[in-house]
Amino acid sequence: MKKLFSPLLVITAVAFAYAPLAIQRAPYESTMGLVQKIFYFHVPSWMAMFLAASVCGIASGIFLFGGSKLYDRIALAGAELSVVFGLIGLITGPLWGRKAWGVWWQWDARLTSALVMWLIFVAYLLLRKYGGSGSEKLSAVLALFGMANVPFVYWSVNVWRTVHPKTSVVMTLEPDMGRPFLICALAFVSLCTLMLVTRVQLENRRAELDELYLALED
Amino acid sequence: MASETAVASGDRAIGSSGAPATRASFFSTAWLITRKDLVIEFRSREVVYTTLFFAVSCVLVFAFSFVKEGVAVQDAAAGILWIAIAFSGTLALGRAFERERQNDTLRALMLTPVDRPAVYLGKLVGVLALLAVVEIIVTPLVALMFGAPVFDHALMLAALLASGTIGFAAVGTLFAAMLVRARSRDVLLPILLYPITIPVIIAGVRGTAVLFQTDVDLPMARLWLSMLVFFDVVFVTLALWTFEPAMTE
Amino acid sequence: MDFRSLTFTDVSRHFGRRRVLNKISLQCEAGEIVALLGSNGAGKSTLLSIAATLLDPSSGHVRYGGALARAGGAELRARIGVLGHDLSIYPELSAAENLRFFARVYGVSDVEGAVGAALRRAGLDQRDDPCGRFSRGMRQRLALERALLHGPRLVLLDEPFTGLDDAATEALRERLRELRTEGCIVLLATHDLETIDGLADRAVVLVGGRLVPIEEDGSGTLRERYRRAIHG
Repeated sequence: MKKLFSPLLVITAVAFAYAPLAIQRAPYESTMGLVQKIFYFHVPSWMAMFLAASVCGIASGIFLFGGSKLYDRIALAGAELSVVFGLIGLITGPLWGRKAWGVWWQWDARLTSALVMWLIFVAYLLLRKYGGSGSEKLSAVLALFGMANVPFVYWSVNVWRTVHPKTSVVMTLEPDMGRPFLICALAFVSLCTLMLVTRVQLENRRAELDELYLALED
Repeated sequence: MASETAVASGDRAIGSSGAPATRASFFSTAWLITRKDLVIEFRSREVVYTTLFFAVSCVLVFAFSFVKEGVAVQDAAAGILWIAIAFSGTLALGRAFERERQNDTLRALMLTPVDRPAVYLGKLVGVLALLAVVEIIVTPLVALMFGAPVFDHALMLAALLASGTIGFAAVGTLFAAMLVRARSRDVLLPILLYPITIPVIIAGVRGTAVLFQTDVDLPMARLWLSMLVFFDVVFVTLALWTFEPAMTE
Repeated sequence: MDFRSLTFTDVSRHFGRRRVLNKISLQCEAGEIVALLGSNGAGKSTLLSIAATLLDPSSGHVRYGGALARAGGAELRARIGVLGHDLSIYPELSAAENLRFFARVYGVSDVEGAVGAALRRAGLDQRDDPCGRFSRGMRQRLALERALLHGPRLVLLDEPFTGLDDAATEALRERLRELRTEGCIVLLATHDLETIDGLADRAVVLVGGRLVPIEEDGSGTLRERYRRAIHG
């Protein structure tokens, strides 16, 4: 894992350095104007959140069914980053929505599922923090149930109502909009991966410290 | 290593005097536990009375919030019914497992040679029976207070309530059991339970609402019902699967 | 799975940075009563939980006869009886109902016979009321019989003499002697030195997470030997 740190750092730094330039050069969208450019950070944040959430879900599953403590640390890192990137998405979304469509919030499938997922990961962190010892396994169950829940939430809210722009927005982008989008997507995804790796390293060091304390007593 | 597996597989033959002849099967174990829970609850009736009272209070509080000039806001009845079930269900789950915690009996059950998922199933059925009693009383009450046509499509409504309650209780029983040894368990149960059971609430409320509205939309109700049934199957299976790893340290 | 012996080999257990048990090695034989001594918080309950398969050791392993704990599972649990601090009986049910429930869960072959015998031994066969109303001693006797209902070969007791009067204490001592004669392994944790003096075949004490044996050379009372063991 240590070997990934430097290349990831470089990629992230370069991507984020270039991103504002690329965004500035991108053409204005016809109806929404300048505000639409929030999209370049908004969608990649959700992509990063989705990545972190999947990592958390998978690591939780492995940990629950006999995996080592490392998977628990990965799950924790994934959950924390889901909350962070989800928060960015949840803030940029309404900012965009207010200007573009006049409302802060719409109860459609995508928005609501995302909010519910975010809440589940906040609950995960609350459980880890306040649940006392043994809450590692409990939070793993929560993460697993949360992941299993996503299709249900999505489907049920979808049948209920739908307003959010469809995924096709990305597809029908002009190539000039496509490039900055991909750069931002790369920037956010590599930032997420970088932070995941770093966070897991931190937890690994903490565990080593605990073991050293214990060994000291011998 | 080989000797260990040989010993483990041949243990029934090697067993000493007083060896148990048969281990209770999966479903009979679950039934034993359910029956035990029902007997205990029937004797004290503490959880059923308090939960019922709480559900009724819930309905009243929401009634005051959503009734304007004597007329309920549209679809309020469905929402109020399901919120009352969710809130009182959480309370009932907490109380039921608090009892186990005080007497340390859940640990005693974990020590027995039974299939751990059978313990989960037994507790689940017990909780369902409790919630059924609450719903049988609260649903007509909601009908009374909001003029909702509860008896027009009684079977469909009962199916929605049953499948929704099963989904809610399936997740709730697992989480409540998991939290028995955790700190801050009282506040953590709703925090964990509500986000996961949001699809159940959505489906339950929308399904009930289309049954209560003037031009009833049966196909829609059936659609919501099928989602609930699917949810139940997925999450009961998931719970049975994760119960043992979750409960063992 | 034979229960001729229970062996802890370098068993350690820590919770975060707190090491509760530190490389415990102990072997208990069938037909032996071993007393586990130590002050409150010394780790006695933790060691018993590990023996009961409720808790995994952080390192080291436990062997039941020749078999490792992990290989056991349900078959292992069927032969272990545990009497914990909190008794694990349902106060809303009567003594007979409690016993019947656990007998059925453990798959005991003759439920009514076993329950009747257990009630008689506990002296509770005339009582029909919910056992929440019983005195501590009566509940303890019931909990002990509940733990022994399925004929376990390994009996683990955590502070079983707490709150018992003299008659109940003597009855418990007698019961433990019976178990020893039957060839069970009895491991009991207590801080009541006077009561187990003369009852236990061996005594070990947990000090700072480590196990210190107590001499069995009959040189003085258990309390004196205990003090000597602790203070080196």
